[in-house]
Amino acid sequence: MMNATIQTKIAQFQIVKQKILAALRKGENYELKTELNSEYKERRKEAVRRVIANMTVGKDVSGLFTDVLKNMHTDDLEIKKLIYLYLINYAKTQPDLVILAVNTFVKDAEDTNPLIRALAIRTMGCLHVQEVLDHLSDPLRKCLKDPSPYVRKTAVMCVAKVYDLSPAIAEENGFVEDVRRALSDSNPMVISNAVTVLTEINEMAPGQNIWRLDSKTVPTLLAAINECVEWGQIAILEALADYTPKTEKEAESICERLLPRLQHANGSVVLTTVRLLLKYEKYVHRADLLSQFSKKMVPPLITLLSSEPEIQYVALRNINIILQRHPKMLSKEIRVFFCKYNDPIYVKYEKLDVLVRICSERNTEPLLNELKEYAREVDVDFVRRAIQAIGRLAIRYESSADKAVKVLIELLQLKANSVVQDVVVVLRDVFRRYPQSFADVVPTLCEHIDYVNEPDAKAALIWILGEYSEHISNIGNLLSTSIESFLDEEDEGVQLALVNSAVKFFLKRPQQGQALVLKALQTATEKCANPDVRDRAYIYWRLLSADPNSARAVALVEMPPVELESASLSASLLEELIAELGSVASVLQKPAKLFVYKKTDKAGVPRDSEMANAGFDSAEGGATSAGDNGTTGGIDTSNEGEPELLISF
Amino acid sequence: MLSAVFIYNQKGEVLISRLYRHDVKRSVADVFRVHVISSPTSVVRSPVTTLGSTSFYHIRYDNLWLCAVTKNNASAAMVFEFLYRLLGLGVSYFGRFDEESVKNNFVLIYELLDEVLDFGYPQNIEVDTLKLYVTTESVRSTRALQSDALATIPQSITMQATGTTAWRRNDIVYKKNEAFVDVIESVNLIMSAKGTVLRADVQGQIVMRSFLSGMPECKFGLNDKLVLDRDPASGAAASASASASASGSTQLGRRQGGMGGFGDGESVEIADCQFHQCVRLGRFDTDRTISFIPPDGEFELMRYRTTENVNLPFKVLPVVREMGKTRIEYEVLIKSNFSAKLSATNMAVTIPTPPNATKCRIKVTGAGAGKAKYHPEENAIVWRISRFQGLQELALTAVVDLAPMTKPTPWSRPPIALDFQVLMFTASGLLVRFLKVFEKSNYQSVKWVRYMTKAGSYEIRI
Repeated sequence: MMNATIQTKIAQFQIVKQKILAALRKGENYELKTELNSEYKERRKEAVRRVIANMTVGKDVSGLFTDVLKNMHTDDLEIKKLIYLYLINYAKTQPDLVILAVNTFVKDAEDTNPLIRALAIRTMGCLHVQEVLDHLSDPLRKCLKDPSPYVRKTAVMCVAKVYDLSPAIAEENGFVEDVRRALSDSNPMVISNAVTVLTEINEMAPGQNIWRLDSKTVPTLLAAINECVEWGQIAILEALADYTPKTEKEAESICERLLPRLQHANGSVVLTTVRLLLKYEKYVHRADLLSQFSKKMVPPLITLLSSEPEIQYVALRNINIILQRHPKMLSKEIRVFFCKYNDPIYVKYEKLDVLVRICSERNTEPLLNELKEYAREVDVDFVRRAIQAIGRLAIRYESSADKAVKVLIELLQLKANSVVQDVVVVLRDVFRRYPQSFADVVPTLCEHIDYVNEPDAKAALIWILGEYSEHISNIGNLLSTSIESFLDEEDEGVQLALVNSAVKFFLKRPQQGQALVLKALQTATEKCANPDVRDRAYIYWRLLSADPNSARAVALVEMPPVELESASLSASLLEELIAELGSVASVLQKPAKLFVYKKTDKAGVPRDSEMANAGFDSAEGGATSAGDNGTTGGIDTSNEGEPELLISF
Repeated sequence: MLSAVFIYNQKGEVLISRLYRHDVKRSVADVFRVHVISSPTSVVRSPVTTLGSTSFYHIRYDNLWLCAVTKNNASAAMVFEFLYRLLGLGVSYFGRFDEESVKNNFVLIYELLDEVLDFGYPQNIEVDTLKLYVTTESVRSTRALQSDALATIPQSITMQATGTTAWRRNDIVYKKNEAFVDVIESVNLIMSAKGTVLRADVQGQIVMRSFLSGMPECKFGLNDKLVLDRDPASGAAASASASASASGSTQLGRRQGGMGGFGDGESVEIADCQFHQCVRLGRFDTDRTISFIPPDGEFELMRYRTTENVNLPFKVLPVVREMGKTRIEYEVLIKSNFSAKLSATNMAVTIPTPPNATKCRIKVTGAGAGKAKYHPEENAIVWRISRFQGLQELALTAVVDLAPMTKPTPWSRPPIALDFQVLMFTASGLLVRFLKVFEKSNYQSVKWVRYMTKAGSYEIRI
């Protein structure tokens, strides 16, 4: 009773509260409206600030459009900038009203102050409203020829915005041609922005080849790059990386001119230069030059590992790709990839991967010691990867197997639960690679049998027991204890392993094994609910009763050697990622088409249909779904299901 | 290119939201909050998160999240470089870059964001230039007045913002022309429990504070092995008469002479170096000359890395014995390995203890051995030594009692970490040989150089 009354009271209170809040909200916009129309400049200024603050936190202030607009004509640069910001945000929703602002923009575009001219032209482009375009053309044409390079570089960028909205208008007015001309501007920043814009226009209109870098322009760009700010350098480097040199001589000279960029403090300038050098490898054939290039690339790549952790991460993901092209490149530098205790976990994972990749037979010993340290750390995932890495080294280099097994056994003695499980699984693979070589450690392993409790590890251990049954005296006891609890096992892998190992044991030691194998097969055939396990047991049973020799041939057959290499990229994907070094694709190590939607082409047909048909699995399907709303393609939280996480760990 | 930039506070509330392209909506900010900031797993597994076709890049600073959004296959390296540059801009403008300063200066931050990115492409993020025309309140009014009176000022500003020396105004005048060079080295070490050096390197930074008039042309020289080997005569001459080399570099020379720890004429093998964008990389590539027109005030001229012949300032000999399950005994001996004339300051040695430690009895021995205290919240004994003389030895012994655990888990034995700084010492052996300044008015300039080595990540495993 009491509860019910309280709940109704609360409900009533909620309603009242909402009403009050609604009134308040309305009130705030109302109040702002008054303030925006105030006769005092300071109050109007403060009101504009509050409008922007509200906009930032996501409150709807679009209703104040006309009132904000009234304040637009002002000498106060701060207010002007804020109002422009407001317009960028709401212009699309009120295209009719934006026209009211156009006059001010056009006037500003002719101001004596270049900062204001640039601001006007920059903002007009950002409004993204078709109606504004007609009024933009004249001022834009003037600004493209402005005496101030600051205005010119802004105007050049504005052409991309116009093209984005209407390629036709950009072409008709000759803006694209103007940008092409800007490539020979006297100012480096205008040049680099022109490169950026032309590259982007090419992407917007795929297949039309609006701009192609030709051998005449290359020298201009090479000269400009020395004077550009770092971001401009990146734009030029990217354009050059996508350029196909006409002659080998040209390729060589481009590479040589760009080598100094590897010394730049900006990590992305360095990575883009590396990308260019790797891409040009196919045009340059002189062996001495190629080896000089790859020698020059190494130190800067390593230096990236002392930058901020996020940049380190990008660098490491890329180094991982580069190593698949040049496996020997960093083999002398193995120690710089040793993990620091405080490295972020994502950096540690990547370092570990690189370490295993570049480890040569010569330096397995120090690396194994290092991996042993990692296996004692706290993060369970990292520990698992370290243990798996030990296994990989053992399998790759026979000479290191003894040491690796020794390390694994030492780790076992830590008696940490997850470590034991991981070690047992890895030991199984190592034992399989070198059959019958490690009989002496099996007794030690058996001492830890009680700690083994995860299905994979159990199955691995039982497999080892079967394999080494002739070497261990008490194996019969160990196996029969396991068979006692056969039906308690929920995992079919463990049950299958038990059946197999019981049969192996019997074949190797018929005397001791008879009772055991009978028990195992009986339990499996009569009481086990899993049909696969039952069938397997039946097959063995019949084999054993029909012809023990063929049973021997089946059960004790030599297994194919295990492969445990780091995942490698397919040749075509590797080629693609090298061409896009430093990009999101290289970080995800997935082709770009999985997460980038092409802009609609001229006909306005979204291109994602072709991607959906390309036969990607569900993960990629999830990635494409977000683009269903065509060009805008913004993530819409309401109608999109759980977006797929593309990053792989 | 970037589609949007967001700044969030710790809780994930949006403080700044700036869209640059129309391929994302403002609400995309919520996606990042839901999937990353409020994600139940507190450990960040990747700084890049790609959801559908949208990629989010984030860095964290103080109580802020800085996040950039892209829809295309953008250069991830560039996005992070940009975010860090934006961070640097914030720190330089507001002193502190945290929730409070972002809230107080949001108008200015929007102005900056409008200036540094256009259509999502980074433009000019040079603090010095931006400060000329994106100014804080107090400066703004006077600037505004000037710009009304003299229309030429914005002209020159914009010339600079796009010019070949975008980092420097051309009208700087100082009464006294001075340049300060700080060589700051971070020495990184991973040493195994047995005392073998697994990895040792030095990351150096040369920070310059230039207060020079006009457009000074600078040349900078180090005891770089490649330079000295190529031209041994100039190397010998320079080191023999450092004090009298270039005009006005006496201070530079005098300081050098006073340094302990260096032999004359020794050279350093630099594995790699990176330069501020003012340095002419082409020149460096051909003859390893470092020439540049510096920005005004403080900037990082270069970064370098050395891996050969690292002078480790401290040797640590730890013995850690686990006595059964109830007690651990520590003996940690630290020896300083630099000239007795020098000393390390602000030294802190962090010695990890197991999480189930209950009580510590600690004793330190040696002159000025400082204080060691057990910090249960950090699971460590922290030993602070205010001054550690060169060629000295200090020792710590400790006995740690452990509480019995119901489920015994082995202790992961994190490494001992050292923090310190040593003035007038470089772990790499690097030396500034000269800094020459040429300006068309031919003024005299005074240069100073300081050296410091500090601990980067200095880890000794136990």
